[in-house]
Amino acid sequence: MTSETSNARAKIEIEGLSIFYGDAQALHNVTMNIPENRVTALIGPSGCGKSTLLRSINRMNEIIEGVRHEGTIRIDSDNIHRADMHVDNLRKRVGMVFQKPNPFPKTIFDNVAYGPRVHGVRSRGELADVVEKSLKRAALWEEVKDRLNSSALALSGGQQQRLCIARALAVGPDILLMDEPTSALDPRSTSWIEDLIDSLRSDYTIVIVTHNMQQASRVSDLTGFLYEGKLVEFGDTTQLFVSPKMKQTEDYITGRFG
Amino acid sequence: MRTVNHRDRIAEWCMRVLTYAIVAAVAYIILHIVWNGAPAMSWAFLTEMPRNSGVEGGIYPAIVGTGLLVLGTMVVALPLGMACAIYLSEYASQSRFTSFIRLAIATLAGVPSIVFGLFGLGLFVIFLNFGSSILAGSLTLACMVLPTVIVASEESLRAVPRSQREGSLALGASQWYTVSHNVLPYAVPGMVTGSVLAVGRAAGETAPILLTVAASFLPRLPQTVYDQVMALPYHLYILATQNPDAEAARPNQYGTALVLLLLVLGVNCAAILIRYRFRKKYKW
Repeated sequence: MTSETSNARAKIEIEGLSIFYGDAQALHNVTMNIPENRVTALIGPSGCGKSTLLRSINRMNEIIEGVRHEGTIRIDSDNIHRADMHVDNLRKRVGMVFQKPNPFPKTIFDNVAYGPRVHGVRSRGELADVVEKSLKRAALWEEVKDRLNSSALALSGGQQQRLCIARALAVGPDILLMDEPTSALDPRSTSWIEDLIDSLRSDYTIVIVTHNMQQASRVSDLTGFLYEGKLVEFGDTTQLFVSPKMKQTEDYITGRFG
Repeated sequence: MRTVNHRDRIAEWCMRVLTYAIVAAVAYIILHIVWNGAPAMSWAFLTEMPRNSGVEGGIYPAIVGTGLLVLGTMVVALPLGMACAIYLSEYASQSRFTSFIRLAIATLAGVPSIVFGLFGLGLFVIFLNFGSSILAGSLTLACMVLPTVIVASEESLRAVPRSQREGSLALGASQWYTVSHNVLPYAVPGMVTGSVLAVGRAAGETAPILLTVAASFLPRLPQTVYDQVMALPYHLYILATQNPDAEAARPNQYGTALVLLLLVLGVNCAAILIRYRFRKKYKW
């Protein structure tokens, strides 16, 4: 595992990243290289900045007022904050799945077709193609292929989350950010999503925030532990869980706090 | 224990009686108008021109006038109010300037309707030289209902969860694409309901149209937006107070009141039906 992770090319390079909400600093000088086609988990107690870190990768933090950053993030060596970078294009490459499934109150088809339509796909045939491919990729196609035109809100929670994953995949990203994607789901749906993440890792660079440590150890190749806005430890998942280098990491994963 | 119980019952009965008193007052007003207005009601009353200062004949031009004013008010107030609400809810940052805008809106809502009438007279009728006209009257009424439209619209926009906006933005949609495709469609029913209720209230207003559009007796239909019209509330006022033979004017007066009441009730029912229909559709 160790050799495998170190071989991979750095897809996302985060260097000296600090994030401020007004006067409060949420992230302190975080530096990490997230490798391509691997699953990287971010763990840590509530409020440690793991979601903030995740949401800075597709610049979703910027919709919050008064947020400001220092440091750089590069995706494929391309600075995501450079002046002529369009956020829409960045977000096309970096998909996101949220904590609570947020299907749009539209049909299943229109949910998945939303992204492609945003980016200018108009032909019905092409859209149908993308929708089918994305739903298949998200392991939802068999369950919904006969009711693409019924409301997405009628789906179960687990199905809704897979729909949201399909929706994110439909714009053709190569990075997928997941913000506690199973915390609102029952155990069975959770294992569905985890299997899905496993099947996606060959084609996507996945960064997942979770406060479920079993989940982190099950699905991820690398794990970063954040505490009070600092990246305490980052490395191979097995190694981090079996023999953490830092005392704080050990205390957290053995359940002494958090 | 027993005395507490006793007091409790007294308090309950007081409140019950007072509540019933409100219902009774409403029922009395409606029944009084229906009872006295029903005899005047006929097809001819609704479709004929008034004669003899409105004592005889129908109220056709007043119905048309009020209808046109309502329409004109909606055409002006809805786009303006919705645009303002979208700006405040989706774009504006929470700065001192936006609190100032909100304060201005709240103040506007508290301005007495006769002041709106005078404002309309000064700005639209005289300064902009629209004369006493449908245009001036609609604009004046629109100013009056604007705060209600804005507040109702902003509320329905805020009822759309943030996760809907984030979901759209995360797919690379622009702010405007997100608002127009994934926020506004769900907020429009609420916006329309609130606005229609506000406009329904405007239909019954007398003071704002008194100085800006209403004609006391004009037995013909308007040709352009620069024409004066008769309007139901003002016609009612004229019949009730300005006629030398008050008794003779009574039937048409109650008839007018009944039509106005039905019109406003109809508008409100329509608004409530819209809300009811769409509330079931979006559950967050």
